[in-house]
Amino acid sequence: MNNYKTDVLIIGAGGAGLVAALNAHKSGAKVTVLTKEYPTRAQTSMAQGGINAALANAGADSVEDHIQNTLKSAQGLANEEAVRLMCNEALEAVAWLDSIGVPFSRTKESKIAQRTLGGASAPRACYAQDYTGLKILHTLYDRAMAEGIEIKNERYLLNFITNKDKHEKSYACGATVLNIRTGEVETYEAKSVIVATGGYSKIYHKHSTNAKGSTGDGIAAAIRAGARLSDMEFIQFHPTALKNSSILISESARGAGGHLLNSKGERFVDELLPRDQVARAINDQIQAGEEVFLDIRHLGEEFIMEQLPQERKLAKLYENVDPVSDLIPIKPVAHYTMGGIEVDKNSHTKLKGLFAAGECANHKVHGANRLGGNSLLELIVFGKQAGENAAAWAQKFDSPIETDEQTISAQNFVKGVKYFTNQIDFYQKHQFMGNIFYNNAGISKDEMGLKAVLGAIRQIQKEIPFMGPKDKSKIYNTNLIDFIEFGNMVELCEIILVCMISRNESRGAHYRSDIPKPNDMAYKAHTITWKEDGVLCADFME
Amino acid sequence: MKIEIKRYTSEPEIKEEVLAYEVELEDPTLLEVLNHIKTTQDSSLSFSSGCRSSVCGSCSMRVNGREVLACAYKVQEGDMIEPLKNVPVIRDLVVDMEKAYSMNVRAKAWLEGSSEVALSPEDEKRNERQSDCIMCGSCYSACPVYAVNGEFLGPFALTRVWRYVSDGREEGEEAKIHTIQSNGVWDCTLCNECTLVCPQDISSKADIEKLRATSAQYGFMDPNFGSFGGDFGFDGSPSF
Repeated sequence: MNNYKTDVLIIGAGGAGLVAALNAHKSGAKVTVLTKEYPTRAQTSMAQGGINAALANAGADSVEDHIQNTLKSAQGLANEEAVRLMCNEALEAVAWLDSIGVPFSRTKESKIAQRTLGGASAPRACYAQDYTGLKILHTLYDRAMAEGIEIKNERYLLNFITNKDKHEKSYACGATVLNIRTGEVETYEAKSVIVATGGYSKIYHKHSTNAKGSTGDGIAAAIRAGARLSDMEFIQFHPTALKNSSILISESARGAGGHLLNSKGERFVDELLPRDQVARAINDQIQAGEEVFLDIRHLGEEFIMEQLPQERKLAKLYENVDPVSDLIPIKPVAHYTMGGIEVDKNSHTKLKGLFAAGECANHKVHGANRLGGNSLLELIVFGKQAGENAAAWAQKFDSPIETDEQTISAQNFVKGVKYFTNQIDFYQKHQFMGNIFYNNAGISKDEMGLKAVLGAIRQIQKEIPFMGPKDKSKIYNTNLIDFIEFGNMVELCEIILVCMISRNESRGAHYRSDIPKPNDMAYKAHTITWKEDGVLCADFME
Repeated sequence: MKIEIKRYTSEPEIKEEVLAYEVELEDPTLLEVLNHIKTTQDSSLSFSSGCRSSVCGSCSMRVNGREVLACAYKVQEGDMIEPLKNVPVIRDLVVDMEKAYSMNVRAKAWLEGSSEVALSPEDEKRNERQSDCIMCGSCYSACPVYAVNGEFLGPFALTRVWRYVSDGREEGEEAKIHTIQSNGVWDCTLCNECTLVCPQDISSKADIEKLRATSAQYGFMDPNFGSFGGDFGFDGSPSF
């Protein structure tokens, strides 16, 4: 009854998931997409700045400059081959988006408009006012509807289903899923699986720009199933979020000439440096007792209404300031997670049959610090790659699929978790976790602080059986979903801390105040983590 | 401050009740209040939320009978919170959006065939506002036509059709116009309720009027006209 079959199963219906679905479908595969919300509610909708492509529509630019800017910002941790592929394909990616109807902003010469974001040597980010992600996501959704792609909403990933071949090697062949509306476990059998579930910035709780759903579900499920993760310690802090609400103020505000000021009204940093450097400069000011403000008053009301209407609305709503006449109080908060599921040049993970794309994957194009405008690009280029390769894998797949044992295990988990004792409030623990992460495992960190946080996380792991959902009902139990998400985040937190502690250097977004310099001899390598019989293992690899 | 929330559950049997909650927060948005209640007072309270910045469309609901996004509404003393109308309630403030979303498919709200046309800033402006739609469903909740005719394509789907019809790249304009003749553009009463509740300042009513004008260019007529001679209107009353 609750058993479904498909060729390519895609978990996640944001930008990466939808692009993967369109391409797997185009390759002839039967595709089923699952999302824990609705497609148009994905994190992708929040991307404002733009999508990078060296079109040179607004000034001289070249693909090579795009490559070099990206490599420089990555601080030695990018895979040059992957960066070259992404930047080369960017032109085609934007042309494809244009062909399916994305309503990009236009120049007077009737070309796609472009603007400058931090770390870019040219105006390279194609945009649609400050709704770039929203408009790309909705157009992709419309395209998926046009192609008749099956999307099932409000299905929450529990675990990937794996079987073993005759050499005892695991392969992915489906997933167990909680139907949020019915409370029933559903089993999806598939010849290949793509994970496109987004990042994990919500470990920082309120200190993150991200939507509620960025809880790293797919990444946690992937490492449990036998995939490897890489570079999990690299977490980008966006320099300018509203101080009280962590609502994002797009980088385009600085790209257009916005200034950062301290309480004395002084500028203290080149606003167009890459995000890691600007975030640290702001953090230094705040640590020294200053308040920090974004000043876009001099850009004028007409410009603000034309280019940054969302920002104005949100600043008024959340901070009671009007950017046309007031300074905007800001702080840096967690925004994007560079680390994720390790993939090869085919978007294939270490677990055969499991592919990954988007923020949950690490294609090693962002390295130690992502450039603005490269994440929307990444999900188009690698979403396509993952979709095509997963379809090809499914076509050749002829192994048995056995799901009974893992279905029963998922059913037992969903039943059992409701009997957890509830003596400790997990919402409070999440808030606590966010605070200690922001203060000790955030923009700037040192070994002592990190080890203290690791101790606290290991304590939380022990306490999980004393937590659990208070709400025991089946139908649309968001308390239960919140708790399972919390469990995934705690699992990832331990991994992130182990990586942060192991990397005894500073590089890009990973800044250790006790060791403020990079050490190429020892650490110009990727931090790889995996689990063996449930035990976390970590190593550095090229 | 005190607010009231209309609760609904179907488990173990259907039960509806209005519960009051007391919260101490300074100048909060409704979403902040709901999160506060869920995490500190009543973990069974069910609602949807996502971005908290008005772009994901998850947290639409009604306050004192009016559709709002919870993340963009500042709570007032005594507010009454209810789910959207004209849509099945799953639990508390969570509604099932499947049917409203399926209207996009019925209306074929996508680019039918793409031609390589260079669009100007003026072209961009033609559907800039329409493509801001976040599909929160407020317009379906407020629509009196959809309330009585569940087959009506409805506001956001028709806005989406206009968003593509008005796009210079669209090659399939005529097919699009054909699709929206029945239970479509002519069924709207132009009451403008959808415009008043849209958090993105989109006027589906205005878009429907533009679609009517385009329909007329393709030779379609308002089926409500031409019914002189003792015919009856859709509501059973004689129309003159």
